Amino acid sequence: MTQITSEALSHEAHTSEIPLSWRRYFSFSTDHKVIGIQYIVTAFFFFLVAGIFAMIMRGELITPETDLIDRTVYNALFTMHGTIMLFGWMFPVLAGFANYLVPLMIGARDMAFPRLNAVAFWLVPVFGSLFILSFLVPGGPAQAGWWSYPPVSAQNPSGQWLNGEFIWLLAVVISGVSSIMGAVNIVTTIVRMRCPGMGWFKMPVFVWTVLAAQIIQLFGLPALTAGSVMLLCDLSFGTTFFDPAQGGDPVLFQHFFWFYSHPAVYVMILPVFGIFSEVFPVYARKPLFGYKVVAISSLIITGLSAVVWVHHMFASGTPGWMRMLFMFSTMLISVPTGIKVFAWVGTIWGGKLRLDTAMLFALGGLINFVFAGITGIMLSSVPIDIHVNNTYFVVGHFHYVIYGAIVFGLYAGIYHWFPKMTGKMYYEGLGKLHFWLTFLGTALNFLPMHPLGLMGMPRRVASYDPEFAFWNVLASIGAFVLGMSTLPFLVNVFAAWIAGKQAPDNPWRAIGLEWLVSSPPDVENFEEIPIIVSEPYGYGKSEPLTENMGG
Amino acid sequence: MTTLDRAINQDKLHHSSHVIAQEHEHDEAGNSMFGFVIFLLSESVIFLSFFAGYIVYKTTTSDWLPSGVEGLEVREPAINTVILVSSSFVIYIAERYLHDKNLWGFRFFWLLTMAMGSYFLYGQAVEWQSLKFGFSSGVFGGTFYLLTGFHGLHVFTGVLLQGIMLIRSFLPNNYEKGQFGVEATSLFWHFVDVIWIILFVLIYVWQ
Repeated sequence: MTQITSEALSHEAHTSEIPLSWRRYFSFSTDHKVIGIQYIVTAFFFFLVAGIFAMIMRGELITPETDLIDRTVYNALFTMHGTIMLFGWMFPVLAGFANYLVPLMIGARDMAFPRLNAVAFWLVPVFGSLFILSFLVPGGPAQAGWWSYPPVSAQNPSGQWLNGEFIWLLAVVISGVSSIMGAVNIVTTIVRMRCPGMGWFKMPVFVWTVLAAQIIQLFGLPALTAGSVMLLCDLSFGTTFFDPAQGGDPVLFQHFFWFYSHPAVYVMILPVFGIFSEVFPVYARKPLFGYKVVAISSLIITGLSAVVWVHHMFASGTPGWMRMLFMFSTMLISVPTGIKVFAWVGTIWGGKLRLDTAMLFALGGLINFVFAGITGIMLSSVPIDIHVNNTYFVVGHFHYVIYGAIVFGLYAGIYHWFPKMTGKMYYEGLGKLHFWLTFLGTALNFLPMHPLGLMGMPRRVASYDPEFAFWNVLASIGAFVLGMSTLPFLVNVFAAWIAGKQAPDNPWRAIGLEWLVSSPPDVENFEEIPIIVSEPYGYGKSEPLTENMGG
Repeated sequence: MTTLDRAINQDKLHHSSHVIAQEHEHDEAGNSMFGFVIFLLSESVIFLSFFAGYIVYKTTTSDWLPSGVEGLEVREPAINTVILVSSSFVIYIAERYLHDKNLWGFRFFWLLTMAMGSYFLYGQAVEWQSLKFGFSSGVFGGTFYLLTGFHGLHVFTGVLLQGIMLIRSFLPNNYEKGQFGVEATSLFWHFVDVIWIILFVLIYVWQ
């Protein structure tokens, strides 16, 4: 660890580094591994904040009456819950994984633009704090839901120039700037920094999925930025872009919003598909089934994601031909995702399964994803969508995607790479307790939302008809279980990080470049740039991965 | 193949790919240009969104022009357009001079580009002054100022970048690590130009 090669010394960006001290996580570091962990830890903080918002909401919903909090506060909470979960937790945590893993997996010493990388990260605490601080302005934070539809979002009830919605839009734009910086950096790194021998079809699937996801950021995010800027003008500078009374068109905002925010779901889930594809082969001791097809299907998802957004607007006066078209394109998405699901099942089929925590989370995530995918296909069908539009069925569906599949995948990733990132082993018992609490909590919290939605309970309400009480009580209990489930996780990572057993370089006997370097890796990752000679996931084959480093 | 042969071959391969690895890593200018191009592609989607919005408004709004407004004067903006589009050729000449290591030729044409860009901004300011409608005059006023303003901000950024590149051209050994700054600024300028042509057609020609 103390070895510093002459090359490392000459590398200007890294000389100011305080080697391996916890302080570097609070510095403007340009090391992709430090930035990766900075992203993940910061994001987890926002995950807890937005999770507490959710628990307060579920506390309100445990009885049919409005008895815990004011309706306005409830509106603010569901708005900020969704907003912070997506912009504060999802995108940063995934940027963290991409940052940490991509250079290691492609055999590079760092990202293409290390300083840009650090700037992109340090914008996260800035816009994250803006979201939280917006609770302090007169009139409270934004209350128009995470989608911020006008005319609700353009109302500005407090009459102040500095209002919650203004801060919301500002923070979303800053988040967009950060994400674009990250996307430019990650795509450039993957396209141009691969080590010798690392052809496209020698890249691990995680790298493929990150590439596919970041391409979506590049073409999708600017549309949300455009919509946000126009909404900001309506709110603060007197324009009428989305005001139908003065020639504006509120549905246009929905187009801008969903042109990005539907593909954004793939930005989130594609890297998780990557994590599944990395985890299953290791714990099943088999090569990934259909590697090339899995890799290519990621790019097919990217392509299709650009032409499905109107399925969020079936009830927004969308003409019939457009409904049909987008119903069809949305259903098509199930083909490349189905390919992946079959590939994972094919991978674990007949394998020698080792049910460590990472594998449990990956399996749990896969089960939840299949369920979420089925309700997704139901929703893509226009008649069903119109029936359950704006009900808890939709809420249940996307929480199964985002919590059931994506958060599970992220936990799988954290456990799987924890020894690599920290150099310490986590505690398996606590990990398993965490998994079972999370799995149970997810089912209890989000399954009841489906019958509720079919019965007709609308989303975003603080009070409801007493006939919905039973399922709501279950969901609320589930929410508290989920809240509690983070405790064994936090205890586990803190205790292991501080006092855990030293991790070997490759505790899972996994195949991959990141497992050929020390745990944690040196500042420059590799003593010598690796030369790749075989395809990834060579489990059960005896060929080495690299020419010069073995594997 | 004998073991010795294999060892030699391995060593050769090893050596050559090590050199490749080194080059690979240190092509920073190439990385920067690649990153800049994909950034511009991403940036163009913001303009495309605004253009799409404009087309939707233009084709669906019943009272498109605010009362008392007849339409837009085309003559002055057309002159402005000619100047901005020509500056794309001038900046190309400047780049050629730099390529031939003629620094003063580069500086002259580079400064000329800056002057043309600045004149464009001046012309737009004069036009804005003379208009009878504002940012909040319905969607017509809103989209007009949003599009021309957002584009103008890009022209301003371009001129600013050109100024920085001009100053840096006086630094000794400025071009030792390649000319990424100049090339990127020039590419950005062409980008701003192309966007303006689309914008001019949408707003001024299609009335």
